[in-house]
Amino acid sequence: MRFGIVVFPGSNCDEDAFHAAHDVFGGEAEYLWHKDPDLKGADVVILPGGFAHGDYLRTGAMARFSPVMGPVRAFAERGGPVLGICNGFQILLEAGLLPGAMLRNRGLKYRCEHVYVRVEYTDTPFTGAARAGQVLRIPIGHGEGNYFAPADLLRQLEANHQVVLRYTDPDGNVEDRWNPNGSVNAIAAVCNEARNVVGMMPHPERACEMLLGGVDGRMIFESMLKWQSTNQLSNATV
Amino acid sequence: MRARVFVTLKPSVFDPQGRTIADALHSLGYGGVEDVRQGKYFELDLATAEASEARALAAEVADKVLANPVIESYRIEVE
Repeated sequence: MRFGIVVFPGSNCDEDAFHAAHDVFGGEAEYLWHKDPDLKGADVVILPGGFAHGDYLRTGAMARFSPVMGPVRAFAERGGPVLGICNGFQILLEAGLLPGAMLRNRGLKYRCEHVYVRVEYTDTPFTGAARAGQVLRIPIGHGEGNYFAPADLLRQLEANHQVVLRYTDPDGNVEDRWNPNGSVNAIAAVCNEARNVVGMMPHPERACEMLLGGVDGRMIFESMLKWQSTNQLSNATV
Repeated sequence: MRARVFVTLKPSVFDPQGRTIADALHSLGYGGVEDVRQGKYFELDLATAEASEARALAAEVADKVLANPVIESYRIEVE
């Protein structure tokens, strides 16, 4: 599997994502500079965390104008799997590839800690290796992860099963005190209607080795590998 | 011409920064400040001398870049 990891000026989790994809999972991995005109044959595109373009104006607001976002958008529209992690999620929101917006965390603090998230749906390229209802312990690190959607959009997201991860307690119960940032409906990850584009605030690439305090993030990468093998199989049988 | 663009969170969107500022003011004894909403302010220097053109251009820029329509609205002044 060939991972394409987009690097914006100000990205700072690109090497972690590369390490997880390449060194932990043995995939081919390629950095995609934000001015690159194509995706170098990537099977999956990861927009990593950080502070793209300094997060000037709003988080992710400038990054959507980077040249590489043209090919990323086209790839997403063709059904290619795209994962935005943290700042990458914020960029996908600003680019309109995912619905909603981010607000400053309730409480205003930058939250850097492990959280629990419940996998709501397993029919995305990034959750297929999990079982529905599975609780993962994955770290977050953000100041603007307070996901917001207006009431009508929120109803639509829930009806379409687009809320992929939700902040919960260790047993998978949604409780306000386990919501680290005030996200509406405790939303930690959403997908687009076609389900191939996912944005998540937690950092799975930081949770793939016991040395880093946990391995629950592996599920996200294992899902990508599973998605690709299934997809290849279905392509082969067509 | 110059356009001034004021971007603010929509009334329905909670503003944690504004609330914190209001709380700080209250703790300083400014109980008369009932609420605070924080926003952004932009000054655009525009090549046109036509007020209507200036307003239209500022609105286009605000729609596309300066404001996020999911959470923010804006007001424009032209002079």
